[in-house]
Amino acid sequence: MNWTWFYRMGSPLWFYQSTSRWLPLLSLVTLVLLVAGLAWGLGFAPEDAKQGNSFRIIYLHVPASFLALAGYFLMATAGAIGLIWKMKLSYIVMKCAAPIGAALTFLALFTGAVWGKPTWGSYWVWDARITSMLILLFLYFGVLALQYAFHNQEAGNKASAVLALVGTVNIPIIYKSVDWWFTLHQPSTIKLTSAPSMHPDMFQPLLVMILAFYFFYALALILAVRVEILKRESKTTWVRELVEQASRQKIGAK
Amino acid sequence: MPESNRGFSAYFRRDLLLAYRRRGEVASPIIFFVMVATLIPLGITPEADSLKELAPGTIWVMALLATLLSAEGLFVSDYKDGSLEQLLISPNMLVMPIFGKVTAHWITTGLPLTLASPLIGLMLSLPSVAYLPMMAGLALGTGCLSFLAAIGAALTVSLQKGSLLLTLIVMPLYMPIIIFGSAVMQYSIDGMAWSGPLAILGAMLAVAIALCPLAIAAVLRLITIN
Repeated sequence: MNWTWFYRMGSPLWFYQSTSRWLPLLSLVTLVLLVAGLAWGLGFAPEDAKQGNSFRIIYLHVPASFLALAGYFLMATAGAIGLIWKMKLSYIVMKCAAPIGAALTFLALFTGAVWGKPTWGSYWVWDARITSMLILLFLYFGVLALQYAFHNQEAGNKASAVLALVGTVNIPIIYKSVDWWFTLHQPSTIKLTSAPSMHPDMFQPLLVMILAFYFFYALALILAVRVEILKRESKTTWVRELVEQASRQKIGAK
Repeated sequence: MPESNRGFSAYFRRDLLLAYRRRGEVASPIIFFVMVATLIPLGITPEADSLKELAPGTIWVMALLATLLSAEGLFVSDYKDGSLEQLLISPNMLVMPIFGKVTAHWITTGLPLTLASPLIGLMLSLPSVAYLPMMAGLALGTGCLSFLAAIGAALTVSLQKGSLLLTLIVMPLYMPIIIFGSAVMQYSIDGMAWSGPLAILGAMLAVAIALCPLAIAAVLRLITIN
């Protein structure tokens, strides 16, 4: 089998050029989905019988939680590809995925706290899922801190890739044990409303928002990767030509 | 003796000898353990009933911190004096010497902590039924802690200020151990069978023994040869 396509994918130049073509369309789809999902969820979905309007925060909370976890696996997979095939691009993807994932995890925790205050009467509750999210945030912090601690970029890439992989092995164990810890302690009467029991009118906008967040994640990651590529490849001829071209256009516009 | 065993025993004995020559350093995690135990009643309450409630979690948190405190030196001195590089370029398997080093680390931190734990139990007025479960859990759990800390030590070996970072990256990985470790003690205090969580600690140690030396070997090869 011919593997050249696979190696071509690892080239920053190829990535930059092909995303340049797709970026306008991707941004448009993301914007449409986000606006539609938010308007539908926040404006038109029916009010919850018990929680009133405060339930609407799930249209941010649930998609953010989805992407926070999926983002960790994406980061670890990119790191593994980098370690195995020694691709420049996959390390860049890994590095850029870490802050985005951490931000989404924080968003999930923050929206959860904001929702918890009127619903449970407190911002923070030691619930199994909340605790797992907090640990996920710590795992992201570890990868980020390790990445930036190395002056040698190559070593930093490798170290944080290994840490992301170790974290991946640990995530199921952590989740299971936190679940077990939660059932052991049998805390008060708090129960999370489960998604499948939602009314379709509430559930459909949520699906749109989840899809929108996937697109948003892809867009944010691609934009971050493009910036990182320009930074790392700033000495190559193609980046210089790009900069010259851009400055010429600027002068032309004036 | 097969080649792989020689790697294990050579590094195991070497690290124990080094620890014996620096006895002061070996003692400090234990002293830390006892000192923090003194802070708990001073900071919260000297009442036996409240202390009893806090004891399982407190003892495990302290054991965790004490292990982290000592983990930084696991590879640093070898890295600085070049003997780690010698180990990396030697034709033998890297996994067995690492296994030996981590085992020696456990003998010099986890085991003394386990043996000192009844003293902490006394200070925190732990019920007498919980002593045996505490020691059994600590013996297995500190093994896991040593192996996980060794991954962090390997990742941060080439950094100037690695110790705080080491704590940061290893701490989230410790959470399952602390949950089951304190559960072993809590179960025994509540009069339930405590063999279940203890078995899970044992299983985690088995997985750690199987996987962590491989990960550590990979990390050392990747990071130090640049």
